[in-house]
Amino acid sequence: MEYKLTFKDYNKALKKGKLMGLKCNDCGKYTCPPKIACQECGSTNMEAVQLDGAGKVVTFTVSYVPAEGRDAEVPYTVVMVELDEGPWLMGNLTDTDPNKVNVDLMGKRVQLGSRMKTIPGDHYTEGDKEAEGSFARPTFVFA
Amino acid sequence: MRKVAICGVGHTPFTFAAEKSSVELFNEAAMDAIVESGITNKDIQAIYVGNVLGDFSEGQAMIQSYIADDLGATNVAATRFEGACASASLAIRDAFMWVASGFYDIVIAGGVETSAKMGTPLATRTFAMAHDAHYEYPMGLTFPGFFAMLAHLYTQKYGVPLDKLKEQMAMVSVQSHKYGVHNKYAQFQKEITVNDVLKGFMVCSPLQLYDCCPFSDGAAAMVLASEDVAKKLTDRPVYITGVGQASSGKLSAQKDYAPRIRAREVSVKQAYDMAGIGPDDIDVCELHDCFSIASIIAAESLGFAEFGKGGELWETGQCDKGGKVAINMSGGLKSKGHPIGATGASQTVDIVHQMRGEVEPERQVEDVKYGLTDTLGGDGVLCNMVLQRGW
Repeated sequence: MEYKLTFKDYNKALKKGKLMGLKCNDCGKYTCPPKIACQECGSTNMEAVQLDGAGKVVTFTVSYVPAEGRDAEVPYTVVMVELDEGPWLMGNLTDTDPNKVNVDLMGKRVQLGSRMKTIPGDHYTEGDKEAEGSFARPTFVFA
Repeated sequence: MRKVAICGVGHTPFTFAAEKSSVELFNEAAMDAIVESGITNKDIQAIYVGNVLGDFSEGQAMIQSYIADDLGATNVAATRFEGACASASLAIRDAFMWVASGFYDIVIAGGVETSAKMGTPLATRTFAMAHDAHYEYPMGLTFPGFFAMLAHLYTQKYGVPLDKLKEQMAMVSVQSHKYGVHNKYAQFQKEITVNDVLKGFMVCSPLQLYDCCPFSDGAAAMVLASEDVAKKLTDRPVYITGVGQASSGKLSAQKDYAPRIRAREVSVKQAYDMAGIGPDDIDVCELHDCFSIASIIAAESLGFAEFGKGGELWETGQCDKGGKVAINMSGGLKSKGHPIGATGASQTVDIVHQMRGEVEPERQVEDVKYGLTDTLGGDGVLCNMVLQRGW
């Protein structure tokens, strides 16, 4: 059985600012990031749809210790956003100074910004042809 | 199914960058377990090895085969288990099942890792390979980041102010060091204070340095045998009477339960039910305290505290020596160290030593009958085991 929405297609769309997900034709709920089976009911009867990319921050962290090759990024803010359609989506928050972020961030409305951050693969992901050169990062700004 | 006993154990010191190979570390522990069991390397029928990152730290894949050959257990079936930080527990659980089924009578199970050798940037990168590589690592997620996000979520979900939670988290680390200082195998043998924890540099907000376990090198291993064989080998068998294993998806896919790790609740229920006991029966528990908040979250799902109240176990001494359940008397991952492929075996070995009354007096719990291990790999590979004193 083929995926209704592969990482390759999801990633390609997200790099252009378009957040794709799946709508379940059985339970009516949404799955994002994509999976072969519905996040909510396990059905495979789903169709690819565009999501609004808006929601609220449910949790976050500001990271100060980088993985190899990512020194230039720190500090950076990772957010988990509960999309209005229901799914949780991990992303980065870019329009605020990470050093000024605190717990008040939780509950704030955010939306995908106009410029999507990406990260090129590193030598561990050279075989990852489906990324087509870079991984899109859902990049949120305050709504 | 047959009953399965741990007959002998071995444990190397857990250290910063080791000057031994993973084969050497594993086999020092394995040979100690063999000698302690009164058997020889020729008696071993199969080997189960937890190892996560040997490919990166030493350029060594398929280590299990070289371990078996080096050990003199020539040509035996040897299998490697990769479940991130839970790898050794998966190895022991599988070894248990093969012996319980009657397929083998005597096997070796354990794990080894040399992650401190890699240094922090490479170790952070390779550990993060246990996140979802396509959908969550690109955002800069690391393991401290994962648990940092659970900590913030915890404050929201249970209405615990961050300052209060941070203080409870600090007490978790303080207790770990309080016992690690007496563990001859521990990487950190020094006590720390709540103030030390709260003054450490920020790793991933709100987790500071002493909220985090170190990168570590080391190994632990044990001989498992069927009950009839075990009775000939030792008068102090430790039986594995319950096992559980479960999995969860990436963090975003855990939205309905986070900060709880649902896989833990599934896994530990399997282990409790199989053993026919519950959390109130556990005397000692070695749980997966890779980060201070992880201990609080784990203690709740294991049934030791209500959800949102796990921190009170440390505040009130209920999980201290002499409390209702003694948690991480080894010093835990925080103080003893966390060579990820070995951790589940190390937890098991420490409980065996506790049951035999063989640990240092400062951390010895009296009359240990039931022990529980809890090991978490990545975003959600969970394994739990109930150990029962056999004498």
